[in-house]
Amino acid sequence: MQRTPLYDEHVALGARMVDFAGWQMPIQYPTGIPQEHLAVRQDAGLFDVSHMGQLRVRGPQATGFLSWATLNDPAKLRVGQGQYTLLPNDRGGLIDDLYLYRDGPRDTDEDDLLVVANAANVAAVTAHLQDLRRAGGFDATVRDESSSWALLALQGPAAAVRLDRLVAADLTGLRKNRTVDTSLSGLPVRVARTGYTGEDGFEVFCRPVDAPAVWGLLVEAGATPCGLGARDTLRLEAGFPLFGHEFDRDSNPLCTPFAWVVKDKPAYGLEAMRARPCDRRLVGLVLEGRGIARGGYHVLDGDGRRVGRVTSGTVSPLTRRSLAFAWVDAGLTADGTSLAVEIRGQPVPATVTPPPFYSA
Amino acid sequence: MNTPDHLRYTPSHEWVTEPADGVVTVGISDFAQDQLGDVVFVELPEVGRKLAAGQAAAVVESVKTASDIYAPLAGEVVEVNQALLDAPEAINADAYGDGWLFRLRVDDGSAWADLLDAQGYAAVAEEG
Repeated sequence: MQRTPLYDEHVALGARMVDFAGWQMPIQYPTGIPQEHLAVRQDAGLFDVSHMGQLRVRGPQATGFLSWATLNDPAKLRVGQGQYTLLPNDRGGLIDDLYLYRDGPRDTDEDDLLVVANAANVAAVTAHLQDLRRAGGFDATVRDESSSWALLALQGPAAAVRLDRLVAADLTGLRKNRTVDTSLSGLPVRVARTGYTGEDGFEVFCRPVDAPAVWGLLVEAGATPCGLGARDTLRLEAGFPLFGHEFDRDSNPLCTPFAWVVKDKPAYGLEAMRARPCDRRLVGLVLEGRGIARGGYHVLDGDGRRVGRVTSGTVSPLTRRSLAFAWVDAGLTADGTSLAVEIRGQPVPATVTPPPFYSA
Repeated sequence: MNTPDHLRYTPSHEWVTEPADGVVTVGISDFAQDQLGDVVFVELPEVGRKLAAGQAAAVVESVKTASDIYAPLAGEVVEVNQALLDAPEAINADAYGDGWLFRLRVDDGSAWADLLDAQGYAAVAEEG
């Protein structure tokens, strides 16, 4: 079981630690998941996401290679800009969802992209990219540099004000999905205006050795430490997918609200993806009754027939609405369709509702 | 561990008051609410329902998980804590007070003494 550089900080704060994708991570602090969730919606919350993986793709054909390997279009990225993307397999499904950041100008010797992958998938993503690079003969290198990075997320409407005081760069001019290499109280950091909560916020990349100091300064600045529990309720409310739940190796993203990621350009696995019909579609559900629609629960149509499966669900600490994602038979996925979720043997009414369930 | 001495307990983490006129009050222990985390929904039994000892009687659902609550003794449900339907967080805030779940008219009041006492329950809970 691996520990992030912030393990001692979590324990000192009284966090409840759980095993997550091979890492010991805080699921919550004594504050509790609802209060952590509200801290992010109303002020600023701080997450340790150092378990996530970083890969470096570098070389004259780095962009050409990732343009082939991923479904969004990295050629559109300028230096210092980031993009959400998907990594397809050859069967019309997915290996992971990723974030790309451009560090060097495309189609030059300095062409350079940083790839952020889910902790559980780092090894699979690395192996796949290396295989695909070799098979295509692309002039680029793929290297796992996860151990060189710690990653913190500062999220919430007050994140900019709190972080701006600590970093050398002026963050007011930093636009969404842009990054800046700067310093935080003298420590080298990369600040990206990105996140996974639906709020304004930042992800702060730093050296593992500096992570406890950066964490401490951000807590001192008033950020509320938040665990993976709140991270999950926040991302679900904001309508973001989580790999292993909404997406897996069999998920065709063209049958989901995230089809916008797939750009019209040649990509590995894209033909297989386009050839697969959408028998089921990924939808958002808002429950009209009580209870949480948990992953694996059956979705029912008006006649009580099982027509789908919940992938994840929670109750929003902000609105108290019970929210879920589910894969449901195509034809029952129009917005406003009345369905039900089978919770402990009882059908609880639910309405198909397009995510996000919350907008800042 | 917060386990008041005047209560009896079950290995499944319910607490039970001593029968008064044949009626006991049931809730979940402070240890149990802490393990569950923030409670967001509660399902309570219907008043008048007859329960066997060990029968599933209620559900306490937190962000993390849903947990069945069992009748610690055989009896009939005579009252439920309606306030929990709108304010389930009372279970976290006051597990032994405002967080009570239901009251049972028990078939055999003498069975109460056979449940775990505070020390016995604390030992069971600590073993996990």
